[in-house]
Amino acid sequence: MTAALVVFFVLAALAVIGAVSLILQKHPIHSALSLIVVMVALAGLYLLLGAEFVAAVQIIVYGGAIMVLFVFVIMLLNAGVEEHTSISKMAGAPGLLLVVALAGFVAATIAKSTESVQAAPQTGEIASTLGISNMIFKDFVYPFELTSFLILVAVLGATVLAQREKS
Amino acid sequence: MTAFLSTNAELVITVVKIALLLFIVLTVNAYLTWFERKVVAHMQSRWGPHRVGPHGLLQPLADGVKFLFKEDPTPAGVDKFVYYLAPLLALALALTSIALIPFGPDPIRLFNHDIYLGIAPLDVNIGILALFAITAMGVYGVALAGWSSNSKYPLLGGLRSSAQMISYELALTMSVVGVLLMAGSFNLKQIIEAQAHHPERGIFGWNVWPQILGFFCFFVAAVAETNRVPFDLPEAESELVAGFHTEYASFKFAMFFIAEYTSMITVSCLCSILFFGGWLSPFPASWTFTHYLPSAILIPFGLWVIWDGFRYETIFGRLILPGAGTVIAGLGAVFVLFPNVNEFIQAPFWLLSKIFVFLFVYVWMRGTLPRFRYDQLMAFGWKLLLPLSIVNVIVTSFVILARMTWGAK
Repeated sequence: MTAALVVFFVLAALAVIGAVSLILQKHPIHSALSLIVVMVALAGLYLLLGAEFVAAVQIIVYGGAIMVLFVFVIMLLNAGVEEHTSISKMAGAPGLLLVVALAGFVAATIAKSTESVQAAPQTGEIASTLGISNMIFKDFVYPFELTSFLILVAVLGATVLAQREKS
Repeated sequence: MTAFLSTNAELVITVVKIALLLFIVLTVNAYLTWFERKVVAHMQSRWGPHRVGPHGLLQPLADGVKFLFKEDPTPAGVDKFVYYLAPLLALALALTSIALIPFGPDPIRLFNHDIYLGIAPLDVNIGILALFAITAMGVYGVALAGWSSNSKYPLLGGLRSSAQMISYELALTMSVVGVLLMAGSFNLKQIIEAQAHHPERGIFGWNVWPQILGFFCFFVAAVAETNRVPFDLPEAESELVAGFHTEYASFKFAMFFIAEYTSMITVSCLCSILFFGGWLSPFPASWTFTHYLPSAILIPFGLWVIWDGFRYETIFGRLILPGAGTVIAGLGAVFVLFPNVNEFIQAPFWLLSKIFVFLFVYVWMRGTLPRFRYDQLMAFGWKLLLPLSIVNVIVTSFVILARMTWGAK
């Protein structure tokens, strides 16, 4: 067992535990904290794959900006402990079935794949950043610009909604 | 034992380096509080700490002991887990960021191993991004402390600080883009080396001249990120008692305190590296006589401390100060006598001097500027700093593009 594999399993376990805890926690802030753990663990996994730039951006954008906003809103609304309703039977039975089906599907795919699971070699070169920027600004420049436009529309929409409430 | 050492040499070296850097950073932190109190005191025509030890030099030690032995109550109704997590998070993230700073280009050769100054290897390609990632996470320490205390003043402080940090993080990141464009790398070492393309220009080759706008935005945003005066609204004592750390006492409070001072050091490091040439000397490379500047500063300073010590009021001071002075002057003498050592300390000397200057600016601002009002703070961040830093990026890109196109050098 190489050191990289050990790190992989630790990070993977951390991500899964965080994800489960996200659902099980009763307080929104605790759930948000669990989600941050998932984000950081994922960033660690990217780093393990040699994608340094993606790992850093994952933490800056998801771990930092977006989750801070989540925590900020939860704090601002002072959301309390969530109320628990009894789970409806309609949702329970098919849900369980779906969980089993999905787990079986994933397990089957893993079992079928011939390649052994291992950490990719750590290339870690500046080319990865260069490659990403080439893809965004050359190959996929129109989808990229369209996404930016979409975000701009969303920002304008939010501004309009906030303005209307004021008057 | 020796077999273990030889197979895991890199690991052992790193652990020793971490321990050493931790010790140095925490000591510097402690004396930064002394320095701040002294400087602010003299700005306000006071003496500052002078009772504990000669010139109050043992004051940080007394403060530390006080922090350790104070009663540490946990207020009722706090969210226990988050309440304990917050100071840990703040301190751990602040200390981690120092690990990414390179302090010199050349390794020390010890026991057949090249030991570089700084914990992270010099070829970390995402150096500056990793630092921003750690800064981005740093908000949680303050925000969670405010929320978990279950008290209104900390909550308001925590809210203010999260809003402030989100707002200024944008300007902070955008203002660095100009430097990154000029260096073509995220690597801190390559950013410094990009400023040494013309060794004869010395100080005029640094990024601060073409990036003066970027530097302004970066420094202001960085001060806001570290919650220091004039952006210390999260702990505005006239409105919020002590802001987010109102409910923290004893060592948990000290942890926030240390985290704040450590971030000050990180920001000073970043300012020197990104805009002021890092470990580069401000003089042209051919002026080799400037290599004796460290000695020229240390020896007179050491002699002055000796002289000051002999006429000091207390016997303790009359013993300690001349001793410290001898060590300082002796260090200066060693640099003169051993040219190898002198060459080696040039880079760390300049980097540390620049860090010291920025730390002084921090303290200077605290002694000078009044606090912003909250709406002014938000307007300043969004309406001035962010557009300015975006303009800086656009102008820098166009200049670089023009140089590439027309080949002007």
